[in-house]
Parts: sequence; C-alpha cells; structure tokens
Amino acid sequence: MPEDRCGAGTFGGRVMLTFMASDSEEEVCDERTSLMSAESPMPRSCQEGRQGLENGEGAAQWVGSHQQSKASGQEPESEFGCQDRQRRDERTRGQESEEDHEEDPDRYVCSGVPGRPPGLEEELTLKYGAKHVIMLFVPVTLCMIVVVATIKSVRFYTEKNGQLIYTPFTEDTSSVGQRFLNSVLNTLIMISVIVIMTIFLVVLYKYRCYKFIHGWLIMSSLMLLFLFTYIYLGEVLKTYNVAMDYPTLFLTVWNFGAVGMVCIHWKGPLVLQQAYLIMISALMALVFIKYLPEWSAWVILGAISVYDLVAVLCPKGPLRMLVETAQERNEPIFPALIYSSAMVWTVGMAKLDPSSQGALQLPYDPEMEEDSCDSLGEPSYPEVFAPPLPGYPGEELEEEEERGVKLGLGDFIFYSVLVGKAAATGSGDWNTTLACFVAILIGLCLTLLLLAVFKKALPALPISITFGLIFYFSTDNLVRPFMDTLASHQLYI
Amino acid sequence: MTAAVFFGCAFVAFGPALALYIFTIATEPLRIIFLIIGKSSEGLKSINPGEKAPSMRLLAYVSGLGFGIMSGVFSFVNTLSDSLGPGTVGIHGDPPQFFLNSAFMTLVIILLHMFWGIVFFDGCEKKKWYTLLVVLLTHLLVSALTFISPYSGLNLVLAYIILVLTGIWAFFVSGGSCQSLKLCLLCQDKDSLLFNQRSR
Repeated sequence: MPEDRCGAGTFGGRVMLTFMASDSEEEVCDERTSLMSAESPMPRSCQEGRQGLENGEGAAQWVGSHQQSKASGQEPESEFGCQDRQRRDERTRGQESEEDHEEDPDRYVCSGVPGRPPGLEEELTLKYGAKHVIMLFVPVTLCMIVVVATIKSVRFYTEKNGQLIYTPFTEDTSSVGQRFLNSVLNTLIMISVIVIMTIFLVVLYKYRCYKFIHGWLIMSSLMLLFLFTYIYLGEVLKTYNVAMDYPTLFLTVWNFGAVGMVCIHWKGPLVLQQAYLIMISALMALVFIKYLPEWSAWVILGAISVYDLVAVLCPKGPLRMLVETAQERNEPIFPALIYSSAMVWTVGMAKLDPSSQGALQLPYDPEMEEDSCDSLGEPSYPEVFAPPLPGYPGEELEEEEERGVKLGLGDFIFYSVLVGKAAATGSGDWNTTLACFVAILIGLCLTLLLLAVFKKALPALPISITFGLIFYFSTDNLVRPFMDTLASHQLYI
Repeated sequence: MTAAVFFGCAFVAFGPALALYIFTIATEPLRIIFLIIGKSSEGLKSINPGEKAPSMRLLAYVSGLGFGIMSGVFSFVNTLSDSLGPGTVGIHGDPPQFFLNSAFMTLVIILLHMFWGIVFFDGCEKKKWYTLLVVLLTHLLVSALTFISPYSGLNLVLAYIILVLTGIWAFFVSGGSCQSLKLCLLCQDKDSLLFNQRSR
C-alpha cells in the first residue's frame, strides 16, 4: 500500500516522498491552525491595513475598511487578473509552509470607522460575528461528519499499519511509563519538525524563493488530490464490496483531481472550492488518524495547540515574523489553502457594483473573518468587490452578504483528527464522539467571541482542542460507563 | 433490527426536535450559538448591547431545547446504532418493543426538557420558587418512573400525560392564551414565530 510505504518511509525516493508528504501534512497542520481575523495593526492607517489585507493579512473592520479602501487607491481592477494569479500561486505555495505563517497574518486590528458610534460597530461586529460563526460551523461539521462516517465504516483507517517516520517510537511497549515516554518523544520529534519547517519557510520567504514554495505546495496538493483520493476510494469500494474496473477508476480519480487542482489553485465556483477543501482536510485528517499511534495523537494535539498559541501570540514567533515581513513588503502572505466562505465568487469581478468601480478590492473581512495560517483565500479577494459607500442603507446589507469568513485548513484537520480519534478509539461509543464534536464547536464559538472582545488575532486551536481533550477523557472514562448502563436498562435521567 | 427500525426510531425520537430546530432556530445564527453554548448567560447579552436582545422566553426555549436534544441524543444514540447491527430483540424475555419504547421515551424527554426550560426560566425571572420546585419534582418523577416501574407502557403513558400538562403550563407562562391559540389555529395570527422569524 503506497501509504504504508510512505508512512514507513523506507528508502531514497520513498523517503523523499514521505518527507514531502509528511512535510506537507505537517505543514498543512501547522499552518492552518488558527483563526485569522482580518485586522490591521492599530497604529497603521486602515489603508495600509487594507493593503495588508489584500496580502491576506487581515482586514480592518469592514466598516472601516470600506471607507478607507475607498479613500486609498486600491489596486486597479486591471491588476486583478495578475494579482489573482499571484495570490493563487502564493496560496498554493503557502499550503505547507504557509500554514505556520498563515497563523500570524491578520493579527492586527484596525480601528473602526470614525463617526460611527462604537456600540453600533460592536453590535454589527457581533452580529456579523454570529453569522460567521455559523458559516464556520457548517464546514467544520461537514468535515467532521465525513471523517467520522469513514472511521466508523471503513476498517482501513482504524487498522494499525505502521507509523510515520515522524513518530518513530512504537507504543507497543510493556509498561505504561515506557509507552508514555515514547509518545512524548514522538510528539517532541513531530513538533520540532514542524517548527523547523516553519523556520525554513520563513527563511525561504525572506529570501524570496517563491518558486520553490509554489512548487512544493503544488506537489503536496497533487499528492492529496490524486494519491490519497485513490487510496480512499479503493478502501471504500473494498468495504462495500463494489467492483470497479481500472479505467473507470482512473477516469474518476483523474477528473476529481484535475478539477480539484483547478478549483483550489486557480479559479472555480466557490461551493466547489469549499467542497474540495473540506474533502482534502478530511483526507489529511484520516491519514493522521491512521498513522498516529493513540497516545502520541493525544499528546500531539495538545502540543500543537500550545505551539499555535505561542506562534501566534509571541512576538518572536516564526509566524509573526513572516507576517511582518510580508507586511513590510506589502505582499500577500503565502496564499495557502484556506477555507473561505465568502458568498460571491466573481471571476473577473463580474459582480462589481458599478457605482463603486473605482474602489478596488476591499478587504472584505469584518473583524470576524479569520484566516488561519493560510490566509487569504485568493478567491475571496476577487470576490470582494468594492463596497458601496457607507451610509446608504441598502448597501450595508449587500456588503454583509458578500463577506465571508475564512478558516485555515489546519484547524479543520486537527478538529477532525480529534473527533475521528474519539470515534476510532471509543468502544463503538457515540457519546464520546458527540461530546467532542460539541466541545469543538463551543471552542470555536468562544474563540470568535474572544476575538470580538479582544480585537486581537487569536489562534483557533487552543480553546477547541482543550475542550475537546477534556470532554474526550471525561466522557470516555466517566460518562460512558454510566450512560451505557442507563441505556441498556432504559433508564432515563 | 433493520434499517427500517433504525430510521423509524431515529425519526420518532428526534423528528420533532429537529423540526423545531429547523423552523425556529436554524435561520437565526445567534440562537444557534445560544443552543450550542447551552444556556444563556448575561455575558452574552452584555456583549450584544445594540441589537434587540433575544427575549428571555426565546432564550429559555432555545436552552431548553438544547438541553433536551443533548439529553435525548446521549441516552438514545448508542441504542440506535445497536439497532442497525445483528441481533434479536427480547430474546431473553424482555419486551420486543425495546427500540420503539426507547424512541418514544426519548421524544418525551426532549419535549419535556424544552417545556421545563421555559417554565424554569420564567420561575427564576419572576422569583416564583415553587415553580422551580415543581419542575424539579416532575423531572424526578419521570426519571423515577423509568427506574422503578418495569412496565414501559405505563411509564410512557404517564410521561406523556406529564408532557401535556407541562406543555400547557409552559404555553400559558410564555404568554399564550386561549384567544391566541384560536387565532393561531385559524392561521390568523400574524405574530407567530413561523409567520415571520422574529424573536418574541
């Protein structure tokens, strides 16, 4: 099984492949782990912030951004095409490396529009925030559903068939202490690989090796879309005992993968792009669920939330440095893979409001918009057409509908890993899975609320993963035996 | 132990709750947040100063429904997943309608939680402490029935009677009256929740 060989990481090219694969996986994991609120730094003018936004960093509050962007000359429409392409490239590049970096961008808040009462802004922010929370709930839920459904039905992903080279220590040890020690060592190795890769990417970015990063990202998404899909499809067909001939299979996988590459790295309908991003997150999460040994998985989840917290909030974190570098250069930060829920996908700005032609791109995001490491969703940029002038009552609504929220794929992946592991390791128990699912949604909600309160960039992983871990262990050990007994005797409490 | 049993029991138990969710909550994002967080809190309300705060009754309804759904799901989902697997129900002499009884019991529990939520919040707001006591006692009663009485049919009938009574109580507590009920049934009520999705 190619995955096995990848996982075991044997020789030469395979090792390279594994390295890249895991690398991409990890990078994916890393860099997508935070909610990025599109916000510009306080001291900067919103205009700059807007620039930064376009680079994927963050946007001023939509209200502010509207006015500011109108004021500043935003990129001319004609540039859209190239910028789009560039961003897209950067996004693909960003996938792996970006993820780390992406966490950082968008950590800055821009003040709101002058002249608007702060309470109103906050109310609007929260109202949009609530809407965006829901817009994030749906894809996160879908991803988790796909992962849990696969885990519960396809045996392949719960069988132990080797480990990644990043977790070399086995957990088949005789004593509990040894097992724990091995899992901690595995975690240390994996986290240090992630940190090294992040730093490597920051260095690459600093020295402008864009092509290298682009190529890397394209390779990793190629692998995800073709190889992992092929394996997944094979296992699902095996589980349901459906026969499929190779020509049909290759045609299916080819179409799926090619359309995926186009949608993700270039342009495509928003819904299709969202669906592809959810699918590749689910595939990646499944790979992790399969190849990470149990205790290592839990320790890694905890460690990566801590890492996320540190990398996003510490001034010396690599992600922060990446963001700052990108802002200095006024460039988009690695437009990597981010899930964008912006509602309008306009190719070539077809939907641009004719009255506001001059105002270019708008940093669309209200404060609530979050991009996780991968920042920017290129698609979102073109989608964000110039906002109408504030003050026109009807237009606010239009803007609101056009705004979207972005969440990095690393968040999707780690949330799904947590829920999938809960589904895989519980003894066929659904209570644990559901408890973890609810915990993650609560965490997501709270993170967004905290974002509204602090108006500062916050990582998306820590709160959700902490709640998820607490709920998993307490439900599995305390609640499950109790509920099992109750259910078997039809006792209701 | 077939797919029919699975789907049937699933919809019996969760259908009304799902319908309530879809028609009254799914369209309003803030309500979903209240549902997920499980209970309203002053903190949430304070963060939301400008917007017309969802009324207390709405919060009571949403949190009651949330509690009910979680409680129903936690008690029933494992049984449901077992119903798909191979096996014979009641092979040791237990009643063969185990799944159906469980499904109906789950339904009654979910709806009861919702009504209890409404009544409880109202009791807290108006400081009618006897209300809280009654809610607590009826909850204990329904649970104790399932513990003590082996006759699931009797349990169900009593639970449904309590459901109807609690429902009527919640209806009057949340401001309904015979008049408004008549208007609603005759589809003349322009303020109904389903008519326009606004919080009451």
